[in-house]
Amino acid sequence: MNVFNLAPARVAAVWRRNFLVWKKLAGVSMLGNFGDPFLYLLGLGYGLGHYIGDMGGIPYMAFLASGILCSSAMNTATFEGLYSAFTRMNQQGTWESILATPIRIQEIIAAEQIWAATKSLISGAAIFIVAGLLGGIQQWDSALLALPVIFLTGLAFAGPALAICAIAPSYDFFLYYFTLAITPMFLFCGVFYPLDTLPATAQIMAQALPLTHAVALIRPLLTDMPLTMPWLHVTVLAAYAISGFFLAAHLAARRLLH
Amino acid sequence: MSDAVVTASGVRKRFGDRDVICGVDFDIRPGICFGILGPNGAGKTTLMRMLLGLSPISSGEYMLFGQPVSSHAVHSRVGVVPQQDNLDPDFSVRLNLKVYAGYFGVSAAMAESRIDELLEFSALTGRGHDQVSSLSGGMRRRLMVARALINNPDLIVLDEPSTGLDPQARHLIWQRLRSLKKQGKTLILTTHYMEEAAELCDELIILDHGHILTRGTPRNLIAEHVEPEVVAIRGLADETDATSLCAGLDLRLDHVGDTWFCYGHDARPLVARCIERPELTFIHRPASLEDLFLKLTGRDMRDEG
Repeated sequence: MNVFNLAPARVAAVWRRNFLVWKKLAGVSMLGNFGDPFLYLLGLGYGLGHYIGDMGGIPYMAFLASGILCSSAMNTATFEGLYSAFTRMNQQGTWESILATPIRIQEIIAAEQIWAATKSLISGAAIFIVAGLLGGIQQWDSALLALPVIFLTGLAFAGPALAICAIAPSYDFFLYYFTLAITPMFLFCGVFYPLDTLPATAQIMAQALPLTHAVALIRPLLTDMPLTMPWLHVTVLAAYAISGFFLAAHLAARRLLH
Repeated sequence: MSDAVVTASGVRKRFGDRDVICGVDFDIRPGICFGILGPNGAGKTTLMRMLLGLSPISSGEYMLFGQPVSSHAVHSRVGVVPQQDNLDPDFSVRLNLKVYAGYFGVSAAMAESRIDELLEFSALTGRGHDQVSSLSGGMRRRLMVARALINNPDLIVLDEPSTGLDPQARHLIWQRLRSLKKQGKTLILTTHYMEEAAELCDELIILDHGHILTRGTPRNLIAEHVEPEVVAIRGLADETDATSLCAGLDLRLDHVGDTWFCYGHDARPLVARCIERPELTFIHRPASLEDLFLKLTGRDMRDEG
């Protein structure tokens, strides 16, 4: 397998397949995309925000909205890269049916990764709208720049998720990944409170995690907080996306093409 | 042969320290239906997966349309009907075909007219907008054949195409496959249904433990390896009973479970003896591919593989 052999038209064909499936159930799916963040922001943003007031120099609603935007990009891409991709790989034989065409495994992985990021973008856009309505966005000038960052965040989480998917014996296996990787990031990467509240070692460890960098980019784009070292954050997210892709392509080839 | 669709020379596949395919040679002429027969675990699937570029070959040369099987350009000329149903359950019949056409880079406009043709060919006209889940087993299999034809392939590879189908559905599939052959397509078929192989194959190989045991046309292979007549008998007490029944007759005896097979050039005297023993159930028939298969691959049970 040559992982660099990626024809855009073939990647697009696989992406389109997933899009068409999503389109059939778009209504239900969008309800979740709007409903969940709405409840989160309403419950925590107004509820807790009433007691907290400002956090990190901005209203808690704005602080939380940008955090939830990032964590939802993470969750959406991770779910798609684990459960949905596993269904296509293992239960439905979709990947196998595609491998009987000129499309190769690395193109399937690329398409899955881009599709998962697309779903992050779709749910991100929904949260964006909800956050805007609830007053969670302070800077409308730079706010739209958050959308490409959400897409990049989706890529950064879909890559590793697809790698895990490629080695998973069953759905149950994914619980390890959630407990060991996703939940810690959800709680310790600055979604709910600023990183500098954490002990020094924890802060350093958090710097190695992609969600930290997604938050560091998106929060300043939506709020009055200053943006520092944007390229560092973009580079870390891109590194996760690219290395995740290589690893996932390699592991999927090992699983399916033996 | 230089215009062969497939050429294998010394193709070998090694898993760990075990050879699953032990250096096989064969070629497939265009326009025929070529059967790969063998018991479970014989290496049929591996041989096919290697052909489709889904499993790297360990050594040897495996060519498809004059190019190595690893070259992905050749996949656009091949259609695959897998044994496992992997149609898209979320799509209608038409959308299954349309999305699959997209994988081959077939434009939407071209796909539409092709889909109409293929639905007609597969006797699915009128079901185009139905969900795949509402189709019967036979319809789903025909849809898989239609899907494999979306790119107008020169070679169609089928893995046990009629497994699990009722006789009507099975005959309809066979008839469609024969008509593909008439159109000049080359077919490769793996199966362990001898009836299916006899119905469809112009030429076949029997594979066991990674070796090709024999190769030829079904008729010639039977004539070459098996006596022309068979009497299959049930109700015999044991081996002594079987040998005494055949005593003095020029017959070869064999059994699978409680059924005894007596092979010979003239089985009429044996039939006369069987009639005298009303407790026996027997059938007198010409030798078939099944007899050949059992003779060459032995009668022991195989593990699933």
